[in-house]
Amino acid sequence: MSIVMPAPDPETLAKRERIIAAMRAIVPGEGVITEPHELRPWESDGLTAYRQPPMLVVLPETVEQVSAVLRWCHDEGVKVVPRGSGTSLSGGALPLADAVLLGLGKFKRVVDIDYDDRVAVVQPGVTNLAITQAVEARGFYYAPDPSSQIACSIGGNVAENSGGVHCLKYGLTTNNVLGVELVLMDGEIVRLGGRHLDPAGLDLLGVIVGSEGLLGVVTEVTVRILPRPETARAALVGFPDAEQAGACVAQVIAEGIIPAGMEMMDRPAIHAAEAFVQVGYPLDVGALLIVEVDGPGAECDHLIGEIARIADANGAVTTRISGSEAERIAFWAGRKAAFPAVGRISPDYYCMDGTIPRRRLPDVLRRMDELSGHYGLGVANVFHAGDGNLHPLILYDANNPGELDRAEAFGNDILRLCVEVGGVLTGEHGVGIEKRDLMPEMFTEADLKQQQRIKCAFDPDLLLNPGKVFPTLHRCAELGRMHVHHGALPHPELERF
Amino acid sequence: MLEPRDAQDLRQLVADAAGGGGKLELVGGGTRRGFGAPREASPVSLAAIAGVVDYDPAELVLTVRPGTPLADVEELVAGEGQMLAFEPWGKSGATIGGAVAAGVAGSRRVTAGSARDHLLGFSAISGRGEAFVAGAKVVKNVTGYDLPKLMAGSWGRLGAMTELTLKVLPAPRLTVTLAATGLSPAAAHAAMACALGSNAEVSAAAHLRRGITLLRVAGFAPSVEARCLALPGLLGSHCTLRRMDKAEADPLWREAMSGEALAGGVRWQVHLPPRQAPALVERLAPLGADWAMDWGGGRVWVALDGHDDQVRAEAQRLGGEAALVGAPEAMRAAVPAMHPRATGVVALEQRVRRAFDPAGVFASGRFAEDAHADQLPA
Repeated sequence: MSIVMPAPDPETLAKRERIIAAMRAIVPGEGVITEPHELRPWESDGLTAYRQPPMLVVLPETVEQVSAVLRWCHDEGVKVVPRGSGTSLSGGALPLADAVLLGLGKFKRVVDIDYDDRVAVVQPGVTNLAITQAVEARGFYYAPDPSSQIACSIGGNVAENSGGVHCLKYGLTTNNVLGVELVLMDGEIVRLGGRHLDPAGLDLLGVIVGSEGLLGVVTEVTVRILPRPETARAALVGFPDAEQAGACVAQVIAEGIIPAGMEMMDRPAIHAAEAFVQVGYPLDVGALLIVEVDGPGAECDHLIGEIARIADANGAVTTRISGSEAERIAFWAGRKAAFPAVGRISPDYYCMDGTIPRRRLPDVLRRMDELSGHYGLGVANVFHAGDGNLHPLILYDANNPGELDRAEAFGNDILRLCVEVGGVLTGEHGVGIEKRDLMPEMFTEADLKQQQRIKCAFDPDLLLNPGKVFPTLHRCAELGRMHVHHGALPHPELERF
Repeated sequence: MLEPRDAQDLRQLVADAAGGGGKLELVGGGTRRGFGAPREASPVSLAAIAGVVDYDPAELVLTVRPGTPLADVEELVAGEGQMLAFEPWGKSGATIGGAVAAGVAGSRRVTAGSARDHLLGFSAISGRGEAFVAGAKVVKNVTGYDLPKLMAGSWGRLGAMTELTLKVLPAPRLTVTLAATGLSPAAAHAAMACALGSNAEVSAAAHLRRGITLLRVAGFAPSVEARCLALPGLLGSHCTLRRMDKAEADPLWREAMSGEALAGGVRWQVHLPPRQAPALVERLAPLGADWAMDWGGGRVWVALDGHDDQVRAEAQRLGGEAALVGAPEAMRAAVPAMHPRATGVVALEQRVRRAFDPAGVFASGRFAEDAHADQLPA
């Protein structure tokens, strides 16, 4: 519990009743939640170690209401935390004691589907999976598939730039979104992008995706939908150790194959998963790979043979190829159950999300092992092997005093290690509050200030989702200062913000 | 032309301009300088800031300096069986930095994404004369704001890139072009939409005015052959496909992705919902327009003299937009190169530009919205 959130503003807390009245005037009926016992379910997101009941919850149903809520809060200097389905693993939707929690859950409508142009227009509260369900009868799907896809909303996906197991081949959210309707903190409604590719001007949409709810509130999303591949096949391959598995991954890619998914699990993860779902994972291997290819039948048959050959050449000790859809799904069952499976062998676990250059994997795993010894906490690894995105699961027991802090310290060391070997703090979960204080490991002060100036361009009063992403929130006026050269400030007549 | 030797030199140059009210126009190979209004700025060539910094084919990551010729980059990655999947194209002398800054993408963009989707990270000098980095050198990263998206297609108005990290991908082992002839714009659009919406995984689809429709099928040979066999059945009997050899197909693809071969002095690039492409060309053809469709109709190059307002108005009416990509200087001085945006978006862009470039060092006058930028409230 080492992350400190901004201290609540007493003035805001003092005018809570007035804020409630104003919100009720904008969102009538059940849309404003204020009773302490009713606020409890909103007190955390997927990062459950951190909890904070919000000052109040507002659940608007129209873009006009969102705009009015934001405009009122802007004019009154009240902070706002936007929230989709609340599945963020980085605390992106963690409430603040002095902020309105703005839930977009009532924006549930699929607005339009155009199969000729291969786009769907949806409201932000539509779940990721519901987009696919809306178009699958016509043979289409929405490609990004974060593991929480049954629950997570497309609005939240846009905020976090969510990935999934298929993103090496099909991209992250950002590569699959064409446009948004966005409400700025001052209530202004803007449209960025639309139903066509590459709109004119600066790519503001590109910076909105993955901005973690700090720049605006998305009220409509236009996504690309893709034709469902004709078929998919998977290989389940066991190796004596992660080094050989890593070499296999490198050779698959070097031979020009971009699998639809390529997942690795280490020994603790394999054992936990097999104990949970009993799908026949080999227990005598050090690393397990699931490699899936999709596309026309002829392509899958060809590539799965190539993958078996490459696995063999890299020391695979067991290789199974899916002969049916049921078998393919069984291969995945253990991987997809890896988190709850680890939840069975440890009272608590903490899921990390760094990315590394793949070639550094053996080194990183070895040093993670040393850290595990140092902190006296176990770790199980699942890993999007194709793109180098690690998900170490740190095992701990929150009931043992000090263990949560140790788990966090261990996690921070893992992320520092990721950066040290040339990687990054987060591959798909976002910075949120979780990695906020580690940002200087990856970025200099100048880098972070440049990013924060974008924040200032959208929300100069820093009212939207404060306390997230940036370790220090500089006042925008301070960031706007120019270095004065030879005593001459260009355009002295202009106001600088 | 100013010619900084390295990033440090460039930083000094920008800092001096920022302090002294100077204006700079960043130039790569100079092959796209005909886009936009005449400048009132000192050109700065990034040609000397060139070369490969790091290339690790197995990691799918390439880091290069901006002045590296595009042709050199493509040759380098082709040597490892890889490609820049966004298919940047340019005239001889075009640089990688210029292609990314211009947001250039070829026919494969419709399935593989644009420069924005492949720029993973960069180092740059902001308009404040400060060096900064954003993004990273791995293929999957969501740490901090995605500034590479902003930088791609920004036409050098936010900062001067000194290093670009790009995602590279395996090049297809086999590429086949299937062609149909004699289709009307509407029939061609229908065929392209059907092919792109099918699981035959067509990677690009284009249609030229003289009635040639092109479908590109790429990948491993057994898969390509199977898909080429399946496509005629998917498209129906009114559309006869023939396999076109590479020597014949390549120049046609180049025509479709660049619009270079169109007849006429005033050229536009229209981006619009693909289903509206037939309506656009049917409206403009009677006025004498030449045109070519790419991206399954999502991009239409138009050449049309003497109807300056018509193309942009039609594009807008159909839910799209038009960029003026080639015109005599007088017209470029009068007609904004980029399609006008809504007031709120213009103001937001202005604030974002100021976030990088408060003194307007890179506001060279090339784009209409720059000229008036400083009059907008902050």
